[in-house]
Amino acid sequence: MAALYGQLLIGLINGAFYALLSLGLAVIFGMLNIINFAHGAFYMMGAFCAWFLLHRFGLNYWWALALCPLIMGLFGALIERTLLRWISSLDHIYGLLLTFGLALIIQGVFLNEFGSSGMPYGIPHALSGGRNLGFMFLPNYRAWVIGFSIVVCFATWFGIERTRWGAYLRAATENPELVRAFGINVPRMITLTYGFGVALAALAGVMAAPIDQVRPLMGADFIIVVFAVVVVGGMGSIAGSILAGFALGVIEGLTKYFYPEASSTIVFVVMALVLLARPAGLFGRTA
Amino acid sequence: MNRRRLFLTTGLFLAMATSAWAAKLDKSVVIGNLSDQSGLYADLGGPGSTIAAKMAVEDSGLTKQGWRIRVIAADHLNKPDVGANIARKWFDEDKVDAIVDVPNSGVALAVNQVVKEKNGVFLASGAASADLTGKDCTPNTVHWTYDTWMLAHGTGRAIVKSGGKTWFFLTADYAFGKALQKDTTAVIKANGGKVLGAVRHPLNTADFSSYLLQAQASKAQIIGLANAGGDTTNAIKQAHEFGITAGGQKLAALLLFISDVHALGLKVAQGLEFTTTFYWDLNSGTRAFSKRFAARMKSHAMPTMVQAGVYASVLHYLKALKALGGNPHDGAKVVAEMKKLPTDDPLFGKGIIRADGRAVHPAYLWRVKSPSESKYPWDYFHLVSKIPASKAFRPLNQGGCPLVQQ
Repeated sequence: MAALYGQLLIGLINGAFYALLSLGLAVIFGMLNIINFAHGAFYMMGAFCAWFLLHRFGLNYWWALALCPLIMGLFGALIERTLLRWISSLDHIYGLLLTFGLALIIQGVFLNEFGSSGMPYGIPHALSGGRNLGFMFLPNYRAWVIGFSIVVCFATWFGIERTRWGAYLRAATENPELVRAFGINVPRMITLTYGFGVALAALAGVMAAPIDQVRPLMGADFIIVVFAVVVVGGMGSIAGSILAGFALGVIEGLTKYFYPEASSTIVFVVMALVLLARPAGLFGRTA
Repeated sequence: MNRRRLFLTTGLFLAMATSAWAAKLDKSVVIGNLSDQSGLYADLGGPGSTIAAKMAVEDSGLTKQGWRIRVIAADHLNKPDVGANIARKWFDEDKVDAIVDVPNSGVALAVNQVVKEKNGVFLASGAASADLTGKDCTPNTVHWTYDTWMLAHGTGRAIVKSGGKTWFFLTADYAFGKALQKDTTAVIKANGGKVLGAVRHPLNTADFSSYLLQAQASKAQIIGLANAGGDTTNAIKQAHEFGITAGGQKLAALLLFISDVHALGLKVAQGLEFTTTFYWDLNSGTRAFSKRFAARMKSHAMPTMVQAGVYASVLHYLKALKALGGNPHDGAKVVAEMKKLPTDDPLFGKGIIRADGRAVHPAYLWRVKSPSESKYPWDYFHLVSKIPASKAFRPLNQGGCPLVQQ
């Protein structure tokens, strides 16, 4: 029984990563109708940014946590301005293709530069060590991951669903022309929102750097699962993607305990089942 | 008139047939490096293996004697069907004579069959499965560098003898992981140990926390990692994080490359014991080769034993072609010649290739140095002991290879 609790906790930790990443994706898709396949590449760039800050400038994890999302957010805003804006009026598929191509380019450049094994990145001193909870040994860093992810997810959800700016953003998604008529700079809001989504991905990347090796393919492996999470939660639903992220993390954790060979496919099995029952996802709004 | 035409066409066909049958020896060779160029095994083989093959071609001196030797490369993406298709295309369309490297035993076993079918040459220096010289041996395949039997008897035996009696396995769920677990289990049992459990994880797993938890719960003295590349480094890193080593359990990295140690850093990797057949800093011969290799690598990384194996196997292959006086484009014939000639290169020293295709040379047991013991870049390994060639690999009569007269 104790082993089971341990697996549940591990599942929650992984779920926190899924939730963070799918949050960024859901924000971008829900608000901007862009299927952002480059999300995994931005997650990876966030991790590399943390490594780079440490090795070049000696800036530790806490600096990276603050700076990398900002840097990547700016980069995301630049991408939106220069590339995505041109195709915003077209079918979704173009956004998918463009961001997919972008992901391949970014990954290829990093692979060429750094090789596939990755770079070491240590756990920050303040969070090292762990606590014996009786049923398992919980590293302090993993506890921090769950806590901080929940805070970020809640703050994002609150910002979009409960504040005025969030209301503007949601309105702009429904009817951009009308919102523009009210004097709100919709294109800038879209750019900032994309930048924010990318910043969330980079934040997840920085948090993953001490746990997973910082390597060019870390995003590619994750992104497919994250898409499944967003689909299960409902494309466009912020709360849905957060809850689905944690839930699927737990389900995957349990699968690893009972039948590990299926652990890489269980998320997709769940996705298929959910889509059969509710095509719009668990919390999605049928357009 | 009809009969004359019949005789003419028959004669023409016969002439063409006999000319095709006559062993056409020419001086053109195409070598294909089929490897994981972009995934979790890319740093232990990949682009480095292509460089090693090119270096072997240059060092053979054959191009100066008028031979046309080309080295091409492709990415098998760690998928057996992709690898087999590329191999087929290479033999059918691109006139490839020899396929080298192929890390990932699943792909290697598939390619092994294609090479036999097309009568090409397979110089496997990246794959681990001992079945390549066992039940799946062919007259077209030479297995260089290492295999799961050698790893099990090298690392596994050393650890059991030094007190690690109870084991729990973390195994990559495909041909290689299963073979390594099987061979190591045999060694553990033969030396009075016990396997308390095992868990199979998918290839290319990022998060091992769940499996490590199970390993911890088993209370086994040794956690055996029957995986490689990115899987091994993640498992080791996370084992540290979860206090596994602090809690008294030891990790056994059954397959560890210098690229893995470099990626982990000495602080995390120190103390790990493992077996390889090559280390860049072993002697003056290996040092000379490795410095040349590193200069040509973008990352200036030192060669892994897989990349060294590509160099040695290609060098010996070209030596066999030279002895034959040309390339007969007949794989079995060239491999037979390779088995006749003893191997000798500055990387692996003197050795032979047995009837089952196994290249035999000494192996070495190493321990990863601590950060304070490391005096210069890439100074990572401390030599614990040397395993002579006669003991390093599975005895010829135990493999079940049909080519071996029992």
